[in-house]
Amino acid sequence: MDKLLEGKVAYVTGAARGQGRAHAVRLAGLGANLVLLDVVDFIPTIHYPSATSADLDETVRLVEAQGVRALKHVGDVRDQAAQDAAVADAMKEFGRLDIVVANAGIVTLARAWEVTDEQWDEVIGINLTGVWRTIRASVPAILAGGNGGSIILTSSTNGHEGGQNLGHYAASKHGVEGLMKTLANELAGDNIRVNCVAPTNVGTDMMLNPATYRVFRPDLVAPTLEEAKPAFGSYHLLDVAYVDVEDVSNAVEYLATDKSRYVTGTVMSIDCGLSVKYPAG
Amino acid sequence: MGKLDGKVAYITGIARGQGRSHAIELAKEGADIIGIDLAAAPAAINYPGATEADLAETVRLVEETGRRIVVTKADVRDYAAQKAAVDAGVAEFGRLDIVVANAGIFTVAPAHELSEEVWDEVIEINLTGVWKTCKATIPHLKAGGRGGSIILTSSISGIKADPNFAHYIASKHGVSGLMKALALELADDNIRVNTVNPTNVNTPMIRNESTYALFAPDLAPEDRTEEALAPRFSSLHAMDIPWVEVEDVSSAVVWLASDGARFVTGVQLPIDGGRLVL
Repeated sequence: MDKLLEGKVAYVTGAARGQGRAHAVRLAGLGANLVLLDVVDFIPTIHYPSATSADLDETVRLVEAQGVRALKHVGDVRDQAAQDAAVADAMKEFGRLDIVVANAGIVTLARAWEVTDEQWDEVIGINLTGVWRTIRASVPAILAGGNGGSIILTSSTNGHEGGQNLGHYAASKHGVEGLMKTLANELAGDNIRVNCVAPTNVGTDMMLNPATYRVFRPDLVAPTLEEAKPAFGSYHLLDVAYVDVEDVSNAVEYLATDKSRYVTGTVMSIDCGLSVKYPAG
Repeated sequence: MGKLDGKVAYITGIARGQGRSHAIELAKEGADIIGIDLAAAPAAINYPGATEADLAETVRLVEETGRRIVVTKADVRDYAAQKAAVDAGVAEFGRLDIVVANAGIFTVAPAHELSEEVWDEVIEINLTGVWKTCKATIPHLKAGGRGGSIILTSSISGIKADPNFAHYIASKHGVSGLMKALALELADDNIRVNTVNPTNVNTPMIRNESTYALFAPDLAPEDRTEEALAPRFSSLHAMDIPWVEVEDVSSAVVWLASDGARFVTGVQLPIDGGRLVL
C-alpha cells in the first residue's frame, strides 16, 4: 500500500470495532499515526453488545502492526473533556492533526412516538452532538497546523432518507449532513475538506443481531440472519444484503487522501443503489 | 365555509411571528386552536424573546376570527408540559387533526466556536422539542382514526447550508430526517407528515443586530439599516425580495393541513423566492 498519509495524524472515534476499527487500520496502513477513542462502558439503550476494552486494545494492536503509533483514549464522544484530551494528546505526541473520522454512533429501534426520552437523548447525544464535539475538539488543532486537512463524518442512508423505527436515528444522521455542509463552507478557505460517508446496512454488531432481524422480518417470531437477508437486500439495486466495513473504509481512504483534494461538501453513498431506487425527497 | 371546519390544530411557538400567523390563518379556515409558547427568552438568543403579552395578543387575534383557542405557557423541551397542554386542549375541543411544530430559535457563530450551552439549546428546542411535540400528539391523531396532518417547521437550512450557524442547520436537517421517518411510519394511518422550508422570514429572529452583522460585517453597526441590508438579503433569492412574510409560510401550512394536500406526504416545501434554484 502506498504510504499516502506518511507523516499525517488521524483521529478516529468509535475505534474499538466495526467501521471505526477498519478505518483506523486502513489509515494506519497508509502511514498515518492514530489517536483512537471509544467508550467501553455499557450504553443502556442499545440492543446489541457494547464495545469492550479488549476490542479497543485489539484495534491498537492492529494499528501498531502497520508500523505506526496509536494513542488509546477511553472516553465517551458526549464528553467534551475526553475528546479535547484525545486531540491534545495527538498534538503533544505527534505535533499535528490532519484527518478526523467522526465515526462513533449507535442505533436503537422504535416507532418515533414510542422512543423514550433516554433513547432519543442517547442517539442525538452520541450521533449528532458527539460529532459536533469531535469537530469542536479537532478543528482548532487542524487550523493551527495550517496544512489543510480532511474531516469525514459518518452519516448513513438515513442521513437523507427516512426509515421506519428510526426517527431519532434519521434525525441524528440528517443533522450530521447539515453539520457537514456548514463546515465545508466554513473551512474551505483553510483548505480543510469536509465530507460524509453514507453507508446502507453494514455487517457489524449494530446490524447483525436478533432485534434487528425481527424488525426486518416482523412476520417471523425468531428470524435468523439468513431469513432476514432478503429483507435487508430489498432496499438495494445490487443483490447484496449488507456491505462490509472495508467498503466504507475504501471511501474513507479516498476522502482522507489527496486523491480527493477537490472534493468537499459531498455525501458519498455506499448504498448498493438504495438512493437511486428510493430517491430522497 | 372554511377548508378546515370542525378541525383542531396544535401549534408550538404560537405567541408571535410564524406561529401566530399560522394560528390566525388556520382559524380563518375554521380550525380551533391549541397553542403553547415559552413566552420568555431562551438563554442563547440575542433578540427579544416572546412575552406573555404577545401570547395574549395571539389569543385575541384568533378569537377575533370567531374560533376558539386555548393556550399554555410551556417549553417545547418539557415533554410533560407539552403532553399536558395537548391532553387538556383535546379534552376541551374533543379531537386533534393538525400539528404545527413551529417553535424555534436561531443564533450565530462558527461551528467550532459555539458554546456547549448554545449548541444544546438550539438542538433541544429546534429538534428534540419537535420530536416531543410529535410524541405528545401522535397518539391523539391515531386515536381519532380520521388521519391528520403534521407540519414541521424546517428551513431552507434543512436543505442547504450556509456558514456561521451549524447548530441551526444541524437541527433543521434533523427535523427533515424526523419528518421522513414519520411519513413512513404514519402513512397507513392516513397521517401525512411534511416540512415547510422558508428562506429568511420577516420576524424578530432575523430582523436583529446579530443577523445584520452576519450579512454586513463590512458596515459599521449604525450603517446596517434596512435599506442597506435589503439588497444583500435579496441577493440570496432568484426573485427580487429580501425575505418572505409570515403569511407566505402560513399559506403553505394551510395547504398542507387541508385535504387539498391529501396525497402529499414526506415532502419538504421550500418557500424561498427561488433560493434553491439560484
